[in-house]
Amino acid sequence: MATVVVDVMPKTEILDPQGKAVLGTLPRLGFAGFTDVRQGKRFELTFDGEVTDEVLAQVTELAGTLLSNPVIEDFEVHVEDAR
Amino acid sequence: MKVGVVTFPGTLDDVDASRAVRIGGNEAVALWHGDHDLRGVDAVVLPGGFSYGDYLRCGAISRFSPVMTEVIEAASKGMPVLGICNGFQILCESHLLPGALIRNDHRKFNCVDQRLRIENNTTAWTSAYDAGQEIVVVLKNGEGNFIADEPTLDMLEGEGRVVARYVGDNPNGSRRDIAGITNERGNVVGLMPHPEHAVEALTGPGTDGLGFFTSLAERVFA
Repeated sequence: MATVVVDVMPKTEILDPQGKAVLGTLPRLGFAGFTDVRQGKRFELTFDGEVTDEVLAQVTELAGTLLSNPVIEDFEVHVEDAR
Repeated sequence: MKVGVVTFPGTLDDVDASRAVRIGGNEAVALWHGDHDLRGVDAVVLPGGFSYGDYLRCGAISRFSPVMTEVIEAASKGMPVLGICNGFQILCESHLLPGALIRNDHRKFNCVDQRLRIENNTTAWTSAYDAGQEIVVVLKNGEGNFIADEPTLDMLEGEGRVVARYVGDNPNGSRRDIAGITNERGNVVGLMPHPEHAVEALTGPGTDGLGFFTSLAERVFA
């Protein structure tokens, strides 16, 4: 079993209201010095078998169609070692 | 005309949309997200709500439902399609319209009677209005902030594809006060405010929204 991870983040030029809300809370909790927070999503896809280039290509296609919206988000794909 | 109104799991405004279709002088046909055919309708409304719980992104999962495969194909052949609120989000996710809708810049859900200016009255859904006409309809959204990159916004403006614009305070941070846009052909319209909630004086801010539902008939008989 292997885990393929897809990290999705809002593009840097896109307003991230959720990140802004989190950022606004930090000073109230006494965390100083943080100038920005951006919030994304992490998908963990469990695959039964070896993660070949073909499997990675499938995940990349999935990440670019369903898991992220390329108009507002960027994504990265990587494989994590079996746990 | 027969106008299909699609219900997805989590749709809220399908009943109001069907009622608006009937008051507008057309026949409403209920369509289900799992349908593989459009039951012979002449046009389709994608109503507001929270389809598939807004999971992943608003409209992201609905885009891949069986009925949307049919709607996307029919829209590309010229069938009129109106997406309201969540329907607008679905049209953007389907790439039938450019851009995307993200969370309101002020982070709050907004529910107001909203003044709009009809900028383009040549679409299948807005021909009952005068160009520049101002109307008041309900606006209610949490993720109604329309965004696109600058070249796309310039293209939409240059080609007259901004259908409606917010008048007064911008209620959600939408770029260039955009409330609705259309595709190149003018048959697909996405609109964040809700004209279907403004078709009867008793239950809305007036009847200014009715034009979206009478435009279809005007187009046919014109």
